[in-house]
Amino acid sequence: MAQPSLFDQVVDFGSRADPYPLYAELRRTPVSRADDGSYVVSTYQAIVALLHDPRVSSDRRHRADYAEDEDEFVPGLPPSFIGLDPPGHDRVRRLLTRHFGPPHDPGRITSMTAGMADIVADLIGHLAGRTCCDLIEDVTYPFPVTVICRLLGVPREDEPRFRVWADAIVSSIDPTTGDLAARKRRRLDAAADLASYFGELIDAGRDRPGNGMLAELVADDGPEGRLSRAELMSNASLLLIAGHETTVNLIANGMLTLLRHPQVLQRLRRQPALSARLVEELLRYEPPVQFLPNRTALDDIDIAGTIIPRGGQVTLVLAAGSRDPEHVPDPGRFDPDRPDNEHLGFGGGIHYCFGAPLARIEAQIALPELARRLENLRLAADPPPYRPNPLLRGPAQLPVRFDRVAPAPATRSRDQRITERHLHHV
Amino acid sequence: MRGDEALWYDPEPGDWQRENVLRAAAACPVQAMRVEQAHFRDDSRVPAAAHGDADAFRRTGRIVIVGASLAGLKAAATLRHEGFTGSLTLIGDEPYEPYDRPPLSKQVLDGWVPAQRTALPVPGDLDARWRLGVAAAGLDLARKQVLLADGEEVGFDRLLIATGVRPRPWPDPAQAALDGVFVLDTRDDAARLQERLAAGPRRVLVIGGGFIGSETASVCRDLGLPVTVAERGPAPLVGALGRVIGAIAADMQRDHGVDLRCGVFAKALAGDSSGRLCSAELSDGSTLDADVAIVALGSLRNVEWLDGSGLAAGPWGVGCDSGSRAFTLDGMVTDDIFAAGDVARFPHPLYNYQFLALQHWGNAVAQAEIAAHNMISAQTDRWPHLAIPSFWSTQFDTEIKSVGVPSFADEVVITQGSAADRRFVAAYGHRGRVTAAVAFNQAKWLEFYQSLIERSAPFPPDFRGVDEPADRRPVPAGMPDQPIPGDQATVEVTGHNPGERRTALVRRRHRPGARLPQQRRDRHGPAQSL
Ligand SMILES: Cc1cc2nc3c(=O)[nH]c(=O)nc-3n(C[C@H](O)[C@H](O)[C@H](O)COP(=O)(O)OP(=O)(O)OC[C@H]3O[C@@H](n4cnc5c(N)ncnc54)[C@H](O)[C@@H]3O)c2cc1C
Ligand code: HEM
Repeated sequence: MAQPSLFDQVVDFGSRADPYPLYAELRRTPVSRADDGSYVVSTYQAIVALLHDPRVSSDRRHRADYAEDEDEFVPGLPPSFIGLDPPGHDRVRRLLTRHFGPPHDPGRITSMTAGMADIVADLIGHLAGRTCCDLIEDVTYPFPVTVICRLLGVPREDEPRFRVWADAIVSSIDPTTGDLAARKRRRLDAAADLASYFGELIDAGRDRPGNGMLAELVADDGPEGRLSRAELMSNASLLLIAGHETTVNLIANGMLTLLRHPQVLQRLRRQPALSARLVEELLRYEPPVQFLPNRTALDDIDIAGTIIPRGGQVTLVLAAGSRDPEHVPDPGRFDPDRPDNEHLGFGGGIHYCFGAPLARIEAQIALPELARRLENLRLAADPPPYRPNPLLRGPAQLPVRFDRVAPAPATRSRDQRITERHLHHV
Repeated sequence: MRGDEALWYDPEPGDWQRENVLRAAAACPVQAMRVEQAHFRDDSRVPAAAHGDADAFRRTGRIVIVGASLAGLKAAATLRHEGFTGSLTLIGDEPYEPYDRPPLSKQVLDGWVPAQRTALPVPGDLDARWRLGVAAAGLDLARKQVLLADGEEVGFDRLLIATGVRPRPWPDPAQAALDGVFVLDTRDDAARLQERLAAGPRRVLVIGGGFIGSETASVCRDLGLPVTVAERGPAPLVGALGRVIGAIAADMQRDHGVDLRCGVFAKALAGDSSGRLCSAELSDGSTLDADVAIVALGSLRNVEWLDGSGLAAGPWGVGCDSGSRAFTLDGMVTDDIFAAGDVARFPHPLYNYQFLALQHWGNAVAQAEIAAHNMISAQTDRWPHLAIPSFWSTQFDTEIKSVGVPSFADEVVITQGSAADRRFVAAYGHRGRVTAAVAFNQAKWLEFYQSLIERSAPFPPDFRGVDEPADRRPVPAGMPDQPIPGDQATVEVTGHNPGERRTALVRRRHRPGARLPQQRRDRHGPAQSL
């Protein structure tokens, strides 16, 4: 058999620790073909163009290989909005935004900030007395999970239940975990379970309204009405998964990168305000979402010298675009001072990450706190073992050693208060 | 903060929060908040080649900028950023350091942001001499002096003209002086008007349905105030967007409870015995009781101080080439005088090299950058201003954003979404090619249309895409004729020998009581033609 395509080499688990040299090769052909025939787009310009191109759909029902009878979806469950085009996409996004951010709910994230700092402080506090840990199991996983549970109003103690489904759904995106049919079956089963879990929560909430977005969405009385029960089930599932599987990796990739650049780690200890730019650079340099495999051309698209035919499947390799030397100087250098950092970490266009403001704050809180409180922190393994998933890429474990856990500050730091004040302002 | 894609406006991004501002900017749906200006931008654009003269000028030249607002400040920051270390003077007739105008008709007016919190960030290391609160009154090209209203003369080697525009005043000065009659241009205007609106007037009359008129009407409705918009044309925003899209804007206004009267203009304003506005007489013979009137009749360019200077400066603006070098009245390009921002008028290759006069925030920034770069670069390192024009407006829960020049069009077609839902993209065409697009609450697609404009792609654009409207047939865009504002001035050419022929500007005084010019020029609307 011929050598696998460059993209198939990226997907291969052997490349997980460092896919970037392959991305550099990919960019030489801005639009290349994967072995399954899909079109792989890897330069910044071309990706940005396609993210804003109305001829590109996120709805898998437009795929050339999609057949009505093929059950792509859980029966009775509409696709979540990440898989919809306008106007359906926009409607769901608007209805959700009413309970997540400005203009209708500008205080949501602000009101969560203090609590987020406390969660991180507590998780790190639990490490007291130890000199080694797995940062992922102990901090970078539980933190965003707790946050998204609070946001949605999902009982934290249900985590062992939904973790199974979330893991199954996420791994089904991973092309290395079996053939399409098998993966689809796993995805549909897990998606059905997760959705019906949310169905239970929704029904329970009708009698006993709780806190959080879910309860508000159930009772929404906005001018456009509210999401149906089924819509709520599939979109809550999306929020739950998108809300933590990615942030885990952002913080873990962040700590890994800092530990590989000790001078930056030191700076962050002294200068927590560095975290805002640092997080942007991390989203560029080690993005948690490496590519978007879910686009379909609705028409022939002439891009970067290639014609992507109508019905063609398109993969946008965000991680390659964010390191495109045509777009950013010296892209392989980790530079937390980079000005005008326009990266593709959160995608772009109408599907631009819904949770970006939350994810940013989470990482901006967690990274300086980890840097400050774990004294003489060092990696116990480099590279660490990776999760198999090439798309939501990140370490499976992040074993580290440290001398001591510094005590939590009595009051929250000045930076945090500034962040809060600013957000309040916005 | 209204609109589907709420615009995060951050007044005065302080140093400590610039990261937050950067983030807000990244998230800003209309990409309107260009914060990289001033101290946020520190990537060095290294000048291409060292040219002796240009180099010496960079070190020791004298640059004067007249007009200390968006374009002036942006140019100053760019000059320093590109390594200009000579002397830099900013002259502005307003008593304030530069501030931002777009929020004045939006977040300031509805009380969300105080008027004084609209300052633009000034780089800490700008090292400029500020002459604020004093107007430039004249320009002596031969002696290279700017004459100030207080009698001072300021010498320069190179000059940037960035004096912008001002609102066209209500034609009758006595009526304009009535308490309750407002224009909206400066931060003081906005503060006064905000206060008056917050006091709950019985009815507001907005005279003119352009962008500023429509935005103020929108704020009035947000505040729950009864508001009447009198628009001479067939619909609001026609000057900028044409009749078809204007009709959608009209529906939008009416749905939000605006008493919109099209084809009607205000003839006279009347006050009570204590000089307070109480009513307006409309052209349809009706009388409207109103205690606030907002005069939004387009704009006049701040060029009077250039009278007699010999530059091509008149009611049409200051003519310049695409490298921002000003023309003389004779149509020759100068080498040391530059113009940028709302006051400038420049040819754009994509629009048949016609001269555009754009009153858009983004244009002021981009053109100022070009002008500044060219002011300190050798001839061969100069850049043309070829940005695709773009502007935005927030009104009636809608983000309106456009790319290209919609008024440079004969046809329009809705390409995505639905006009009935007020969420759509419309593409504009001129003789079979795409020249502009406007989005209502769909701004994220405009990059695609920008690329169509840049490629002069065929109109109507023919593609299968998401959210296709049922009917994709182009219709006439309904653009009003937009002659250059030549009703107040003209030129005469004199002399016989080639060496003697000269041009002179002849101003016509507006007769008091004369009808307003039939074609108003909206503040945002471009004018074309040579
Ligand atoms: C209320 C309002 C809302 C707006 N909203 C939007 C919007 O939503 N989107 C958009 O794209 N654009 C908008 N604009 C337009 C945008 O603000 C302008 O395009 C921009 O301000 C142009 O900058 P400028 O520096 O060229 O001119 P200006 O900002 O007009 O500045 C010119 C300066 O020069 C000064 N000056 C004039 N004559 C002299 C003299 N003889 N001597 C010294 N100084 C002088 C003036 O006082 C002024 O300070 C809006 C404008 C206003 C007024
Ligand atoms: C570091 C963390 C995160 C990263 C890197 C990330 C990245 C992305 C990317 C690249 C997309 C675009 C997908 C596409 O175009 O198909 C996206 C969409 C999305 N993200 Fe995130 N995300 C993060 C955190 C979050 C969080 C915390 C939430 C929820 C609170 C969230 C919710 C969503 C949703 C709902 C979408 C779909 C938006 C749409 O289709 O309009 N994400 N994210």
